[in-house]
Amino acid sequence: MAVKTPAKLDARALRADFPIFEQEIHGKPLAFLDSAASSQKPRQMLEAMNRFYETSYANVHRGVYELAERATEGLEHARERTRAFLNAPSAREVIFVRNATEALNLVAYAWGLWNLEPGDLVVVTELEHHSNFVPWQFIAGKRGAELRMLQLDDHGELDLSGLDALASEGNVKVVATNLVSNSLGTINPVDRLVAWAHEQGAIFVCDAAQAAPHMKLDVQALGVDFLAISGHKMCGPSGVGALWGKTELLQRMEPFLTGGHMINSVRPDRTTWGELPHKFEAGTAPMAEAVGLGAAIDYLEEVGLDAIEAHEHELAAHALGRLAEVPGITLYGPPADKRAGIVSFNLEGVHPHDVAQILDLQGVAIRAGHHCCQPLMQKLGVAATNRASFYLYTIPEEIDQLVDGLFAVRKVFA
Amino acid sequence: MSDPGLESLYREVILDHYKNPRGHGVIEAADAEAEGQNPLCGDEVSIYVAFGEDGETIEDVKFSGRGCAISQAATSMLMEMSKGRTAAEVATLDKDELLAEIGVPLTPVRLKCAMLGLTTLKVALHKAKGTPLPEGLAGFDDLELS
Repeated sequence: MAVKTPAKLDARALRADFPIFEQEIHGKPLAFLDSAASSQKPRQMLEAMNRFYETSYANVHRGVYELAERATEGLEHARERTRAFLNAPSAREVIFVRNATEALNLVAYAWGLWNLEPGDLVVVTELEHHSNFVPWQFIAGKRGAELRMLQLDDHGELDLSGLDALASEGNVKVVATNLVSNSLGTINPVDRLVAWAHEQGAIFVCDAAQAAPHMKLDVQALGVDFLAISGHKMCGPSGVGALWGKTELLQRMEPFLTGGHMINSVRPDRTTWGELPHKFEAGTAPMAEAVGLGAAIDYLEEVGLDAIEAHEHELAAHALGRLAEVPGITLYGPPADKRAGIVSFNLEGVHPHDVAQILDLQGVAIRAGHHCCQPLMQKLGVAATNRASFYLYTIPEEIDQLVDGLFAVRKVFA
Repeated sequence: MSDPGLESLYREVILDHYKNPRGHGVIEAADAEAEGQNPLCGDEVSIYVAFGEDGETIEDVKFSGRGCAISQAATSMLMEMSKGRTAAEVATLDKDELLAEIGVPLTPVRLKCAMLGLTTLKVALHKAKGTPLPEGLAGFDDLELS
């Protein structure tokens, strides 16, 4: 009987695919621990975009010549790759946008603006990135609906005990949460929240920008109604992301942006909208970027999403253990098995900006700030945190370099 | 400290101002006050001004808030620099004068940290005395300044 060996990746070998690591920073090897903000790019993805520009570039869809057909094929192939990556039922439900922020705004405007009414509730969480918070705050406010926030417990996990009370306060129309928190790394119980949302007759909008790079996604198994991803966080280029939505919802929605390409017919007095996905893709698409996203998906699947997830859990455990050695450190968020490869922390008496600046001189790149999560920072009672985040190319030595750097920070501020 | 980069940015005087900020506190019933934030990093500073009998000279100035060593040290230095000057003088205080006092090269991001206190002080003076708004905020008089 064949024994299934757990998926394992060789981060050291994979680093050779990423040209960025071929340099030193301030004379030190680069320890890039800011992948949650944006990931580095593998050569394979860069070459796919280049190839597209060099051999198949023209505007898509309307051209009848060979190059336009090749370009269209490139874009539509990327759409199909994205569909498969998300296990979506149909490629027509995959809409290319600029990033997850645009995807979430699309839903807030094209669904929320038309369906929310006074007395309705939009439920988000304290863990949301501003991209899944501000659009709902803005649109709910415009429609006279109310925004409610699910709270965090002391372990950095969502407290679901108040859901029933929330349901009695109004008509819950939208539940919008992330699958993985970008600041604490918490993996949220989306399955339970989806079930609750649907019991209320609400739609569920999932921000998967931070989940897609690190774990296998399946929109049908998740049961969500909309899901947003961002290419640049998952080895793809900046400038492209995708929104997936259920056909029946997308079809009933008005467009978000109007203009070229998204139309069926335009008359002086009336315009009719194109079919899915074109209705939501006004203007020239980010063609080469979409091709890059498709190539990034190829790359991730070749490495294996299961292996990436396991690798990050290992790194998170290593990081939590090593960071705890640093005197005066406060670690935020859940235990390693309940989080993706993201660790937020503060060093007593030293502002994160100063920590990050001193670390930079040691070749260590981390993020310092509010991570676009000001409501969460208020909850934690801090203005900012330091955040180290990992990806498939991260090696334990980089985390050790971070820990050494933190001792240097302590020395400066002793 | 062996690293020259560290030595130059976190030189003694900066760390001294950070650890022992001058003019740290609140002036109750201040003649002028304003609150400033740096949205990039969440630094916050509030500045309080008390004028002397002539209603123009800054007799006392204090700040509160939280932020990185650069923003706090620069604001602390600013408290020393602005005391005894008039509102009009401080409103036109050149940022290079403060930068010279800080005395270390700053990247564009850290420059924003360093300027937070000065910008906030100028906004406070603008609200109380109608002095010119700081560079970058000029022309935004209609905006509600917190």
